[in-house]
Amino acid sequence: MKIGVLVNEGPFTHQASDSAYHFTKAAIEKGHDVMRVFFYYDGVNNANKLSEPQSDDRNLVKMWGELANEHNVDLVVCVAAALRRGIKDEILADGFRISGLGQLIELGMAADRMVVFGD
Amino acid sequence: MNKLYTVNKSPFERPALETCLRLAKPGGAVLLIEDGVYAALKGTAKSALIDANQGDMKFYVLDSDLEARGLAEKPLIDGVETVDYGGFVDLVCKYDSVHSWL
Amino acid sequence: MTDQAAVEFDTAGVKKKFMFVNSKAPYGTIYALEVLEMILISAAFEQHAVIAFVDDGVYQIKKGHNTKAAGMKNFSPTYGVVEMEKEDADEDEDIDMVWRIVVEKESMEARGLTEDDFVVEVEVLDSAELSELMAEQEVVLSG
Repeated sequence: MKIGVLVNEGPFTHQASDSAYHFTKAAIEKGHDVMRVFFYYDGVNNANKLSEPQSDDRNLVKMWGELANEHNVDLVVCVAAALRRGIKDEILADGFRISGLGQLIELGMAADRMVVFGD
Repeated sequence: MNKLYTVNKSPFERPALETCLRLAKPGGAVLLIEDGVYAALKGTAKSALIDANQGDMKFYVLDSDLEARGLAEKPLIDGVETVDYGGFVDLVCKYDSVHSWL
Repeated sequence: MTDQAAVEFDTAGVKKKFMFVNSKAPYGTIYALEVLEMILISAAFEQHAVIAFVDDGVYQIKKGHNTKAAGMKNFSPTYGVVEMEKEDADEDEDIDMVWRIVVEKESMEARGLTEDDFVVEVEVLDSAELSELMAEQEVVLSG
């Protein structure tokens, strides 16, 4: 199945990013095609390469980047939401790209299932 | 269409589960994740929410979120099934579309 | 934009039923504003849409928002654009796009509101009717 994921919240403050990550990983392991993970609202903060969690805690920004690189998952950050929150190319983490909100609508059109993680 | 609904907030915090059940079409399923898992516990002031809808909907709860909150050994409302993330993915595929109540 | 290569999907001819569910009060959080941006983008793709207001979401379309003292962006005027998109789609036979702006009756009445309190024309549906409509929607984007 072709699956789309929308992440509405940033790392750590809400569990949304963790839940979305584990769901995405499980879907890939089951052989599904996670076409794109779209980051909107505070979700854009998952792409901030300056994030420095404590050493005994998970590093969500890196985890998403590794998932993108190992499994070719398209991680897209909404440009309007990103600008609002100061997420720009110069601090964009590995594995992410910034693009328009249209990429979310296209994802909804192309995927068989759309799952939203938020607050 | 038979839908999968996800609810991620505690019924004590927010009306999301209540609204979800009011607007859900019978024949669907509800998956409780994150703080939503508290709704699956037997014997709370909110257990009636699920009890009242057992006939119309199937109820599931994410095991890792129960464990994280120290609820793995607590009795769940009869009929609520636990799933892992693999099970979550299967539910997404089994039902026609997903509606996340936030 | 960025170096990561853009990924294209083949969506030619795809027409889906999108639903935007608004359940939160305005201004305390940004969801109302950013969902509006999603709604307007979906018009560019000529997708069907149900814009639903339930629970505190009904307050998002209430008349009389005055954000001057609070210093926040008043997004009420943007609903006028949504309404225009809807009217264009309704009137133009060449546009195959059905948009509905709906309010849940129970949510509205619980908050002492009526249809006259809203900045846009809405369809008021009771829970049973809204439930039927929601069940038909294929892509649900909750804010």
